[in-house]
Amino acid sequence: MSVSRGEAKRLSKTPKQRWLEGVYGPATKRRPERKPRFSTISDDEIEPLYTADDIADLDPHRDLGLPGEFPYTRGVQPSMYRGRLWTMRQFAGFGSAEDSNERFHYLLSQGVTGLSVAFDMPTLMGRDSDDPLSRGEVGREGVAVDTLRDMEILFDRIPLDQVTTSMTINGPASIVWAMYLATAEKRGIAFDRLGGTIQNDALKEYIAQREWIVPVKPAMGLVVDTFRYGSRDVPRWNTISVSGYHIREAGATALQELAFTLIDGLEYVKWGVAAGLDPNDFVPHLSFFFDVHNDFFEEIAKFRAARRIWAREIERRYHPTNERALMLRTHAQTAGVSLTAQQPYNNVVRVTLQALAAVLGGTQSLHTNSLDETYALPTKEAVTLALRTQQLIAHESGVADTIDPLAGSYYLETLTRRMEEGFERYLGEIEGMGGMVEAVERGYPQREITEAAFHFQQQVEEGEKVIVGINKYATGEKTHVPTLEIDPEVERKQNARLQETRKTRDAGRWGESLEALRQAAKSGDELMPRFLEAARANASVGEQVQVLKGVFGEYHDPGYF
Amino acid sequence: MVARALRDAGMEVIYTGVHQTPEQVVETALQEDADAIGLSLLSGAHNYIFPRISELMKEKGLDDVLLFGGGIIPEADWPALRKVGVERVFPPGATLEEITTYVREAVPKKRGVEV
Repeated sequence: MSVSRGEAKRLSKTPKQRWLEGVYGPATKRRPERKPRFSTISDDEIEPLYTADDIADLDPHRDLGLPGEFPYTRGVQPSMYRGRLWTMRQFAGFGSAEDSNERFHYLLSQGVTGLSVAFDMPTLMGRDSDDPLSRGEVGREGVAVDTLRDMEILFDRIPLDQVTTSMTINGPASIVWAMYLATAEKRGIAFDRLGGTIQNDALKEYIAQREWIVPVKPAMGLVVDTFRYGSRDVPRWNTISVSGYHIREAGATALQELAFTLIDGLEYVKWGVAAGLDPNDFVPHLSFFFDVHNDFFEEIAKFRAARRIWAREIERRYHPTNERALMLRTHAQTAGVSLTAQQPYNNVVRVTLQALAAVLGGTQSLHTNSLDETYALPTKEAVTLALRTQQLIAHESGVADTIDPLAGSYYLETLTRRMEEGFERYLGEIEGMGGMVEAVERGYPQREITEAAFHFQQQVEEGEKVIVGINKYATGEKTHVPTLEIDPEVERKQNARLQETRKTRDAGRWGESLEALRQAAKSGDELMPRFLEAARANASVGEQVQVLKGVFGEYHDPGYF
Repeated sequence: MVARALRDAGMEVIYTGVHQTPEQVVETALQEDADAIGLSLLSGAHNYIFPRISELMKEKGLDDVLLFGGGIIPEADWPALRKVGVERVFPPGATLEEITTYVREAVPKKRGVEV
C-alpha cells in the first residue's frame, strides 16, 4: 500500500491547519466575517479558534501547578474562594473626616470586609488644606487629612485591630501611615495587630498617576524605608501595593500594565536587597493592584500570568526560603476609564463583567466602580449597587465554588502564555536600560503608554473598537443620575481645624520632631520612627513634605506627549 | 492625548504638564503668545480654577485668547463656567476629532471678533 503525496501532506497537517484550510477558509469565503480583523481591546490579534494544538507545549505541572503551589498560576491559596471569599473592599472618602467616617460605618454595616481610604488631591500631593495650591480641591475627590486629629476622626469607632485598611497614598505614604499607626497607638492597639496596605508605589507615579513629590531616586529610598520598618514592626501590613491600575487607566494595554507593574515590583525588590534587607522578610509584604478592564479573557489571562511570572522571577533571582515571597497577592478594581457618562446605567453591566473577570482571575480583593463615577464621587445608592454586584457574583453565580474553573481553556492558556512572552520582551528592553528607575528617568514607559492610548482612541474614532452608547447605539438622550454634592463649607472648616491644631500643639515638640526628620533624611537614617514622632507631635502632612523637599528636591513634570 | 491630537492636526502645542497653578498657566500663555488655553481638570477644583484663570487673562490683556476645557466637570457647573469665559467644556467621551475641529474653528472666530 502506498500513500499518495497529497495524502501525506494532508496527514502532516495539524487538525487546526486542516480545519482552517478545508472548512473555515471556504466557509468564510462564501460568507465573510463581521470584521476583517479581530483583536483584543489591547489590539492583540485573535485567531478564529484555539485548539489543543495551540497549547501542545504547555506542561500543566510546570506551567500551571495546583492552587497554593508553584508557580501559582491557579491561585495563591490552596482552597481559594471555597475557604474565604475575596475581600470586598470599596474605595471611599470625600469631604471631611466626619463625612468619610460615616460612609465607612455605612459600608461596614452593608457587608464590606475591608476599608479603603480615598484622600483628596492636596493630601495626595503632600499639601496642607490651607496651602494656596489646595484652593478648590479640599475634600473634593477624597477626604482631607492634614494632621493626626483628622486621622483619629476618620477612624472613630472603627476597630483597627479587626478591620484591615488600605490607603491609597503614595508620595506622602510614610507620613500618612505613621498617622494611622499613631492613631492605633493612642488607642492602645499594638502594631503587630494592625493589618492593611499603603499604596506607596512611587514608580507608577512617574509612569502614569503623576502625584509625585520628590525625584525618583529619593522616592525609592522612602519606599525601602517602609519595607524595613514594616517587616520588623508592623508584620501584618503590606508596605506597598505595586499598582498597574493607574498605568492601565492612563491608556496602557493589558500587557503593558502587566509588564510595567511586575518590572516595578522587581525594581523595588532589587532596591530593598541592595539596602541590606532579606527578601524572605520583606518580599512577602509586597502586594499588587491591577485594573480589570472590558476584554474578559485577556483580563483573566493577565491575572494568571502575573502570578506565574512573579513566582518564576523571584525564584530565579533570589531562591527565597520563605515561600510567601513567591506569591503574588493582588487587589483589583474595575476600570474607571471604561465607564461612560452617556447612558450611565450601562456602566452597571460593564462593572459586572469586569468584576467577574477579576474573580475568575483569582484576585484577593476587589473594588467595583459605581455607575455615576464619570460625574462625581459615588452616591451611597450607587456604591451599594456596586457592592451588591460583588455579592451576587460571590453567592449566586456559582463561579466561586470551584478553583480556577477556566484552567485548560485553549484560548485562555494561549493568552496567558502570550502575556508571559510579552513580559519577557519588555523586561529585556528595560533591563537593557539599567532597570525601571533608569527607564522612567528616560520617559520610556511613559511614551509607550501614550502611544497605546492614542492608538486606542483612534480605533474608537474610526469605529474599529465599539463603545456602546458612544460610537454605536448612541441616542443623544440625557439620562439624569443623582450625584454626590460636597459641602462647600468643607474647605473652610478643614482650614479652621488645621489652624486650631497649629495653635494648640506643643510647639517645642513639633519643632524638634521636624528637625529630627530633617537630620535623618540628610544622613540616610531610618525615617519611619521620625514620621511617627512627627505624627504624635501633630506635624501636618504639608510641613513634613516640605522638610523632605528641602532635603531631596522636587520633581517636575517633563511633559511627555 | 489631546495635546498629541492637536499637534498632529498641525497646531503648535505647549504642554505645560500637570499640577500647574492658574498663574503659571496664564504666564505660559502670555510668554508663548498662545491663541488658546485648554485645561483638563479632574480634581474637582474647576469652579475655582477657571474663574481665576479668566480673571488673570483679563489682567494680562489676553482677551482674545480662547479658553476651553474638559474632564470630570458636572454639567450643572457648565453655565457658570460659560459666564466667566470658558467657551466650551468637553465631557468624558468627547472625541479628538471634535476637539481639534472646535479649536480650528473657534480660534479664528475669537481673534476675528475681538481684534
